[in-house]
Order: sequence, then structure tokens, then C-alpha cells
Amino acid sequence: MLEIKNLHVKLEEEDKQILKGVDLTVEAGKVHAIMGPNGSGKSTLSYVLSGRDGYVVTDGTAELLGEDLLAMETEERAAAGLFLAFQYPVEIPGVGNMTFLRTALNAQRKARGEDEISAGDFLKLIRAKAKDLQIDADMLKRPVNVGFSGGEKKRNEILQMALLEPKMCILDETDSGLDVDAMKLVSEGVNALRDEGRGFLVITHYQRLLDHIHPDVVHIMSDGRIVKTGGPELALEVEKNGYADILEEVA
Amino acid sequence: MALAQAKLDLTETRLAEMPAPTGEAGWAGEARSAAVARVRAMGLPTRRDEYWKYTDPATLTQAAAPRAAVFDADGEVPLYADIDRLKLVFVDGVFDPDQSDDLAMEGVEIERLSDALKKDIHWARDLFGVLETRGQDPVERPLAALNTGFATDGIVIRATAKVARPISFVYLHRDETSDAMLHHVVRVEKGAEVTVLENGPAAARFNKCMEIDVADGGAFHHVRAQGRDHERRAVTHMFARVGAGSTYKSFSLTANGAMTRNEHVIELTGDDAIAHVAGAAMGDGANAPFHHDDTVFVTHDAQCCESRQVFKKVLRNGAEGVFQGKILVKPDAQKTDGYQISQALLLDEDSSFQAKPELEIYADDVQCSHGSTTGAIDETALYYLRSRGVPASEATDLLVLAFLAEAIDEIEDPRLQDDIRSRLEQWLSRRRRS
Repeated sequence: MLEIKNLHVKLEEEDKQILKGVDLTVEAGKVHAIMGPNGSGKSTLSYVLSGRDGYVVTDGTAELLGEDLLAMETEERAAAGLFLAFQYPVEIPGVGNMTFLRTALNAQRKARGEDEISAGDFLKLIRAKAKDLQIDADMLKRPVNVGFSGGEKKRNEILQMALLEPKMCILDETDSGLDVDAMKLVSEGVNALRDEGRGFLVITHYQRLLDHIHPDVVHIMSDGRIVKTGGPELALEVEKNGYADILEEVA
Repeated sequence: MALAQAKLDLTETRLAEMPAPTGEAGWAGEARSAAVARVRAMGLPTRRDEYWKYTDPATLTQAAAPRAAVFDADGEVPLYADIDRLKLVFVDGVFDPDQSDDLAMEGVEIERLSDALKKDIHWARDLFGVLETRGQDPVERPLAALNTGFATDGIVIRATAKVARPISFVYLHRDETSDAMLHHVVRVEKGAEVTVLENGPAAARFNKCMEIDVADGGAFHHVRAQGRDHERRAVTHMFARVGAGSTYKSFSLTANGAMTRNEHVIELTGDDAIAHVAGAAMGDGANAPFHHDDTVFVTHDAQCCESRQVFKKVLRNGAEGVFQGKILVKPDAQKTDGYQISQALLLDEDSSFQAKPELEIYADDVQCSHGSTTGAIDETALYYLRSRGVPASEATDLLVLAFLAEAIDEIEDPRLQDDIRSRLEQWLSRRRRS
């Protein structure tokens, strides 16, 4: 599904290397988690994969279903099936959430050569998906993420994921700013999307999200590299002993 | 003070070209001569005048109108097409009765200006050139005086009740060299209400003046779109006097136009009066120059009045935007609530926006705020939209519409608001496809 090889990335503005050779393969149907201390490059990896400006790939490759992800524009990556749930979802005053969701869905359908969805069908679809995430009509009517609480913003991210049905989902610290109930709701939303054809990359600091979204594989990232890979037990080890032990061990 | 020779020459050259109106009533003739005297005393504006520092009036003052190609709307349905309205059509600034509805509607008297000015006794006598003259102080507006002096066509409207349908001026541009002047006069009687719509470029060069007197408890609504002809030039003045408990609301949409100077001169003369003026301008300097200037002067001369100015401009490819907005609060205008915002979204580094917001307050119990911002598109929002699969150009347009929304929201009638908004969406999506 997602295949990253020897990925090196530096900041555009300053000569600072952030990723120093990331190797990572996420198979369809699997959930991979990336854990790691602050500043290890986790979020940078998610931004680079989604095509955010400000980063320069100096070496390595990233492919989605065999296609060169790094050669595509941000919107082309989305249409190809990549989805990034943001750590800090962006507020867009003046653009209604519904308009945003419909525009996004239709843009992707168009890019794939499909017909646009009718207004009526869209309404039915969005109502059903929103209900599962306990998103009310008011949240759909308001401008995108404006005045949303932390939990509402994250639920809105998962709603977009559910609507767009991507093949590869990257969740960047989706648990940050969530209380226990919201985390449960968001996790249920994610789990509902798990299926054989879809890959997940869950970036998190803490084990607690992984109590709800059970990973198949856990990676530890440090200083721009994946330094250790293991099963779910690796996350428990981090929770118990922190990163220091692991980092010492691989150093 | 004697005028500089260059200004004198400019003024006399222009006046020499203007045909004096004939066959009018005595009072009209007096108004005309007084207006011409005002033009002579002030002189036509030049770039050296403070009030024209950001907008070069040369093409508005020169004797002949610069040529302007007629825009091909390619079969597009005209604005307001679905609105039930009384339609009055002008072709290159000349009223065309054949294309227009009858000048008759319940609750309102409608007449051609040329007919009104022939009558010895007419209500328009108290307003024609009168509000324009009041608006000459403290800032001179010679192009408006020129209009009073020579505009022969236009419409006079006296609303005596709540008028059910909007009165819609349709300004067609057919001749590439047309030079048009129109002068409208609107009197809204006590408790009456009327909506005036304007649409179209009118001519290669257009000088329009509208004088609006809203009596106590009356309401005047105005929604205008200035056509899409890239090379057209326009200078317009709205002079309004707003009485106690009455409302004046005006919105203008400008897309394209080599030169636009829209002036609003509004006097709040009765307590609890409300005046809102808003504008959304979208300019692209790629095909032709785009220069757009909103100049607003609101005077609070009564208590507890509210004024709002909301102006938004989206500029690209070297387009130029100007905003000069003033709120003057006189000593007795206590409890004034004044608000003014002007914002520009610059889509590239070639475009520019100049803003001169001013407050002049002589009362001590008032609430006035003003702000002006100039910025680029929000890159983070753009990235967010693109990360959901929305192409960059479409994402930009979504953000452009979101930016203009605050001005469009000022239109009170939801049908007109929808019409303007969907039209903007259409233009933007059409632009993306071409």
C-alpha cells in the first residue's frame, strides 16, 4: 500500500535535515503505529507524504500503490487515495462545512473520472456518516472548524475520512486534545473504516490511543529514522519505561 | 483661490465640449448654471488633488471617452433575471422605452429626469443638485457637479408606500466610444420603502449621480453590479440624506473595469438612522488594467445613528484597489455607532491596495471603530483544502468567496444575496475552465 524507502527530508527555509532515511512499508488491511519523542520527525513525515510546502526531499522514495507519491500535487495524492487527519485541523472562516465536504468529494470523484454526486444523494450520505460520529446539523452548517472544540475538530477529520473513503489513512496525533469519551468516539470511527483494502498509519505519543485502535505493527521513530519495529507490545514497553531505554538499546 | 492654469485649461476644455441642456423649466436652468459655476470654481480634479492621490482622474476628465470594447457575456443569463422587478433599460446612457417596462407601479411615481426638469412645479426641485451641493463640503466632488450641470437622462422616483417590486436599471453598453451621464433622484417619503437595482457598465465612460432623500422611517435599498467590460471607466456618486429612524443600504459588486471610482456621501440627519454601505470588488489586471476606488464619507449629524462600511477587494495580476473612508461625527451626534472595515486579498505581489481610513469625532459619547487589512491567501487553509483533493485553483476560489462573504452578507434581501453570490461562483468557475 504505502512504501517509503530511505526518505531524507530537510526544511526548505533552513539547512536542517529532519528525516534521515526513513524505511517503512504499510500493507493493505494493516494498522501501523509510529511512536517517538518530540522532534523525532513524525509529523514531518505526515506532511511530506501529503505534499505540504516547506520541505525538500533530498533522497529516497515514497510510493502509494506503486505510484510515485512525491511527484504528485497535494490534491492528486488525495485523489489517489491518501488522507491525512491533521493534528491541528485548520479553521476556514466563510467556507461552510457542507460546501467544503461536497467540494472535496466531488473534486476527488472528478479526478478519478467519476460523476459528481447529486445534492440529494450527498445530503443522505453525509447525514448517515455524521450520525455515527455524533456530529449534529449545526456542525455541518458552520464554517469549517470555526468555533469547534478540540474534540469536534477531530471528529470532523474522521467524518472527512469516512466520506472520502481513502485507501491510505495517516492520523497525526489524532488523540491530542481529546478527552476519554471523545477518544473512544474517534477511535470507533476509525475502527469502522478498517478493512482489508485500507492501510493506516497512526502517529501518536501515547499508548492510550492504541488501546482503542489496535495496531498490527509499532515503530519507534527517533532523530529522523525508524529505530525499532515490533508488535503491539512495543507500545506497552514505551508506556511503561519511556523512550530512553529503547533509544539507549538501539544506540 | 485662483485655479492653476493647467486645471483651468482642463476644466474649460471639457466644458466647451458639453452641450447645454435646453427647453427646461426655470428652476432646472438655475440648478444647471449653479452646477456649472461650481465646476468652474472647483476645477476638474487632477492627480495633484489630495482626494485623488491614489486614483488618477485623467481618463475621467479628458474631453473624449477612451475606447472600451464591449464585453461578450456569451449568452449568460443577466443578473436579477429571476427577480420580479420593474425593468428600465438604458443603452449607452440613453433611456430605451421599447426595452423597458411602463413607468408605472403601485406606491411609486417614476418619471424620466428630462420630463421632470421641464415641469415648472415638481418635487424633484428640492433635491436635484441640492444633495450634490450639500455633499461638496468639506470635500469637493467636481465630477458630480459636472453631472448635475449636463446629465439630461435619468430617472426620478418618489416612493410613497412600501414598493413591492425593485426598480431595476439595466445599463447596456453597445458603442465602444460612448460617453454617458445619468442623473437619478430618489425621494422616499415617510415610512415608504424602495429597492433600486443597477446592473451593467452603461458605456465606455460613465458618469452617474444619484441623489437619495430618505424621509423619517423610510428605507432605501440599493444593489448594484457594474458589468464586466474590462476597459470601461466609471465615476459614480451616491448622495444620501437619511432621516430619523430610516435606513439606507447599498451594496456594489465590481468585477473588471479599467477605472472605477464609486463615491458615497451620506448624511445621517435624524436620530436612530441607519446607513450601511458595502462593496465587493474582484479585479484581474491580466487582460486590461483594473483600478477600483471606493470613497465613502459618512456624516453623523443626529443622535443614536448607526453606520457601517464593509469593503472587500480581491486583486490579482497588477490590479489596484483604493479605499478612502471617513466617518465624521458632529458635536451633537451622541451615541453614534460607527464601523468601518476595508480589506484586500492580494493574490500576487504585483497587485496593490491603498487605504485611507479616517475618523473625525467631535461628540464625546460615541462608539467608532475602523480597521484595514491587506494580506495574501491563507496558505495553511489552501493546503488543508488541497489535502482533501480540491485543486489549487478551486481551493483559491473557495477562499476568495469566503473573503468576500462579509460584504455580500450586507445585502438584506436573501434573493438578491443569493443571486450575487451564485453569480460570483459562476464567474470564478468559468474563469477556471477558460
